[in-house]
Amino acid sequence: MDITTLTSKKSLVWWVIILIIFILLAFVPLYAPGYAAILLISILMYVILTVSWVMFSGSTGYMSLAPAVFFGVGIYASAIIGGKLPFPIVVGIGGLASFCLALLVGALTLRLRGIYFAIFTFGLVMLMAHSLLFWELHVTGTRGRFVIVMGYNTIYYYLLGIFVLLLLTAYLINRSRFGLALQSIGQEEDAAAHTGVNVTMLKVTTFAISAFFMGAAGAVMATKWTYIDPFIAFNPFYSFMPVVMAIFGGMGQLFGPIIGAVILTYLEEFLITKFAELYMLIFGTILVIAILYLPDGLVGLIQKMWNRYSERKHADT
Amino acid sequence: MPILEGKGVTKYFGGLVAVSNVDFKVEQGEALGLIGPNGAGKTTLFNLISAALVPKPGTIRFKGENITGLKPYKICRMVVARTFQLVKVFADMPALSNVILGSYFGMSPGMSSKDAVREATELLEFVGLSAVKGTPAKDLTLANQKRLEVARALATNPELLLLDEMMAGLNPTEVGQAMELVTRIRDKGITIIMIEHVMKAIMNVCERIIVLHHGAKIAEGTPQEIVTSKKVIEVYLGEKAHAGS
Repeated sequence: MDITTLTSKKSLVWWVIILIIFILLAFVPLYAPGYAAILLISILMYVILTVSWVMFSGSTGYMSLAPAVFFGVGIYASAIIGGKLPFPIVVGIGGLASFCLALLVGALTLRLRGIYFAIFTFGLVMLMAHSLLFWELHVTGTRGRFVIVMGYNTIYYYLLGIFVLLLLTAYLINRSRFGLALQSIGQEEDAAAHTGVNVTMLKVTTFAISAFFMGAAGAVMATKWTYIDPFIAFNPFYSFMPVVMAIFGGMGQLFGPIIGAVILTYLEEFLITKFAELYMLIFGTILVIAILYLPDGLVGLIQKMWNRYSERKHADT
Repeated sequence: MPILEGKGVTKYFGGLVAVSNVDFKVEQGEALGLIGPNGAGKTTLFNLISAALVPKPGTIRFKGENITGLKPYKICRMVVARTFQLVKVFADMPALSNVILGSYFGMSPGMSSKDAVREATELLEFVGLSAVKGTPAKDLTLANQKRLEVARALATNPELLLLDEMMAGLNPTEVGQAMELVTRIRDKGITIIMIEHVMKAIMNVCERIIVLHHGAKIAEGTPQEIVTSKKVIEVYLGEKAHAGS
């Protein structure tokens, strides 16, 4: 058997597995108890944030700490227009608002490299939160907003839908020539530019596409919290978690960040309920160990073990 | 009409003049050598031509069209390609993908993926890297990384190729192979400008040489004229005299 039929058979198996997983996920709320839906909502939220983060930062190497900004824009969009328009449109507007903001911010700042870009994007989180607070204090005279509440099942299905779209988008980008170009930017940006890649365009567009999904997720999640204020919406925690989850899972493959997000979210929920006081301590320790001993994440570890296993198999024959 | 023409090309870094009022012309199909002591402004001139930097003041014309201030990717698609003094390969990508990127983006419209793979494979064969096309670029030897850069540049289908110290750091055998490669690129009808410290290579490959010193052009002519030029000898010996004191 030649290698192409082997890989296509292998990828067919993968597609079937993925399809089965999604079908199972679609039926979860019908059979699982209420808590499962809540847990799955948290997991899906982090998976979406992490996969969107990796879509831009994983390949280009530009460390964005802006997820909280785009997530928060979605949350506020939902709080402002929720109930006035049909919900799918609200979610779309949440995503689009983040998309537009990312285009603007990206065009202004993606010339900054390395640590400067990371610090700028982090500053943006603070800037957004404090500007909104100023606005609410001095202009509208309010503090925070109530959000139209949705049922857990509705939230769950919307997030699942966003996740499927996101996964398809990420997969198509990875496979296309633009995926290769994004990688080339991450490895040697100058050479990419002199090889004909329109680096600025590509960076800004990808940054904005990833922001769209974060914003859409924010618009959906807002309805779970009933009340939001600038510091709930623009919480830096949502910037750091995707980074941590992506590193923990491993960024080499598309499913690495997903695995990282699922495991860490579950771990977080588990620790909060079982060891409320020690939760951050245990969580932090696990992260430190993971960063020290798993430089390529869980997926990297699994690949290493698999390679060792198959080498041994070859050695025997 | 010259394929490339620079008029009064100048670049300051703060108060320091890196390239000062340089005029140059490159004719279609020729190989032009660019030499000069370290810090003479050779690489800066390459950066100006390939649009990594913008001359101020000064204009650069490609086939009569003013290309000053265009973005690097546009210059690349306009059929000017380059390599780098310190190699800049896409380290984690296989050699083949390094070259495919050039076929995809180096011209507009880009190639279909089938054509890109075919062309990249041919180019790797052309530069002698067929055996390592699946190897990540970072695992290649320096000589092979330099050849990979040439293949990637050729994949963008250039009419003008800028080679920045392609022979630096190579052993004598590798220098010989690199010279042979440059000759074969010329035989394809591609115009070449090369920066080189290996004088044997410059003398053998180039018909014409420009000498830069402190950012200014101090001499221009055939290799014979350059080696016998008093001014050039003064500059090179003067450097040595300074270094000795």
